[in-house]
Amino acid sequence: MSGILGFADAEFRIALRNRWVAILTVTMALFALVLTLAGSGPTGTLGADQLSVTVASLTGLAVYLVPLIALLVSFDAVAGEVERGTLALTLAYPVTRWGVLMGKFLAHIAILAVALLVGYGVAAATAFGLDPDAARGLEALVRLYWSSLLLGASFIGIGYLASTVARRPATAAGLVIGVWLILIVLYDLGLLAGVVADDGGAFTTRVFPWMLIGNPADAFRLFNLAASDATAAAAGVDGAANSIMPLQALASIAIWPFAAFALAAWRFRRIVP
Amino acid sequence: MHNLTIDGVSKSFDGISALRDVSFSVDAGQKVALLGHNGAGKTTLMKAILGLQGADSGRIEVLGSAPGSARARASVAYLPENVAFHSALTGREQMRLYLRLRRQPARLADDLLDRVGLGPAAGRRIGTYSKGMRQKVGLAQALIGQPRLLILDEPTSGLDPVARRDFYAILDDLARGGASILLSSHALTEVEARTDRIVILSKGAVVADDTLIGLRAQAGLPTHIQVAARQGAADEVAQRLSAGRRNGVMVELTCTPEDKLARLGEITALGPLVRDLDVVPPSLDDIYEHFSRRAER
Repeated sequence: MSGILGFADAEFRIALRNRWVAILTVTMALFALVLTLAGSGPTGTLGADQLSVTVASLTGLAVYLVPLIALLVSFDAVAGEVERGTLALTLAYPVTRWGVLMGKFLAHIAILAVALLVGYGVAAATAFGLDPDAARGLEALVRLYWSSLLLGASFIGIGYLASTVARRPATAAGLVIGVWLILIVLYDLGLLAGVVADDGGAFTTRVFPWMLIGNPADAFRLFNLAASDATAAAAGVDGAANSIMPLQALASIAIWPFAAFALAAWRFRRIVP
Repeated sequence: MHNLTIDGVSKSFDGISALRDVSFSVDAGQKVALLGHNGAGKTTLMKAILGLQGADSGRIEVLGSAPGSARARASVAYLPENVAFHSALTGREQMRLYLRLRRQPARLADDLLDRVGLGPAAGRRIGTYSKGMRQKVGLAQALIGQPRLLILDEPTSGLDPVARRDFYAILDDLARGGASILLSSHALTEVEARTDRIVILSKGAVVADDTLIGLRAQAGLPTHIQVAARQGAADEVAQRLSAGRRNGVMVELTCTPEDKLARLGEITALGPLVRDLDVVPPSLDDIYEHFSRRAER
């Protein structure tokens, strides 16, 4: 336990000094600010409070940025230690490999929690400043926060997996960018193409919803839009949100962190330092 | 009591043998140097002792336990070759991590860094350290929690002569306390004076395992005697000792270790013709070369 906390402490400091994390946190805060200010117009006509509208916008933003931050802090976890030669040293200590990875996992989730607190905090503060009724959207914001952490944890686990597969930091970095591109950008395009080609057939009704839920990023978006009052505000953005139960989407983003971490830990055991 | 026993250990990678039937042991309080060319199997052997990489056959026992077992890892310290710590952490933070991994209080970090002479740099990031300073962080972590066996891979690389001397003084302290030390090195001259025994690995096999004196006797290499003759007497001295003249005053002769005293007698009998003399026993470099060459043949 002392070893896990030791790793968590050290890795948290490393991530705190990681320029990428700082840049992405600032980016997120700026985007959140812009989205909140830009979204301040239509609230009257929709009848939703300012914060609910902001949360809907933030959900779209988080799908891109949260996995990116998660992958950028995690890709070096194993490959970096292999390259620096510290993995052999670490494993000569009385710690388990599982403990090493768990310590890093805790630290990286913590740094993500801080980054999101800053980003969403800026948005929330602005929304409260613009609309006295913003408290109505607080529940949606809290839900967005913890589901973002689950989404981030999933991608931290995926980053570790890439790190153990690549074994070299440069390769791992390339790999996680590829993973991000596929899971966040191309996946949806592929599904969309499938739905269009299928024209309402078995793929659209049977396979498509499950494929959507199987991807943690899509499950995250579905869960937040379906569960939030802001669905109306986002209507048309994601029509599928109505056909899938938020509970199944929630199950997906709740299982993903454990599955990804377990897979990475299993792969890590096979690495000879 | 052997703190480390290696018995008939072999290991091969893709059909190429890295270790062949390696056997030796290290007792409590002993400092043993492991010598060998690059690729001789030093690091492979160390990783097998640490349980990081299993051997194909043979037996290794570390403090009465299996290599890599929880009991062994609790009292074995390791310093890998060319270790590079994360540049974003300070020396103090890096030490705090390793202290926690050994379940020691993190506040000991500064004491340990002081001990290797890094006290003033403890709060600076490792990224700003020189190679020697990074190596010292590696040494400091190997001292955590009174280890009973230290496995040190090229521990003095990058250290200046003063730091090397301090480092060996720390090792002497540890050995006096009953710790066993196995270290590899390329700097043969420093190992010569600082270790109790020398094990030479060549192509994965132990070709010599003895004290320096024992190795000298086994190798039977000639001892060199350099005689400084009085001005103008070099030729006469060379002739009477039937030896070669090196320059105007120096005469050099070689002899077997057994003949040494007789030869010295002859030299002293020359009386005033001789101004000074030096006896140069075969150096560790010579012995190392001898055993490595013999193994290759």
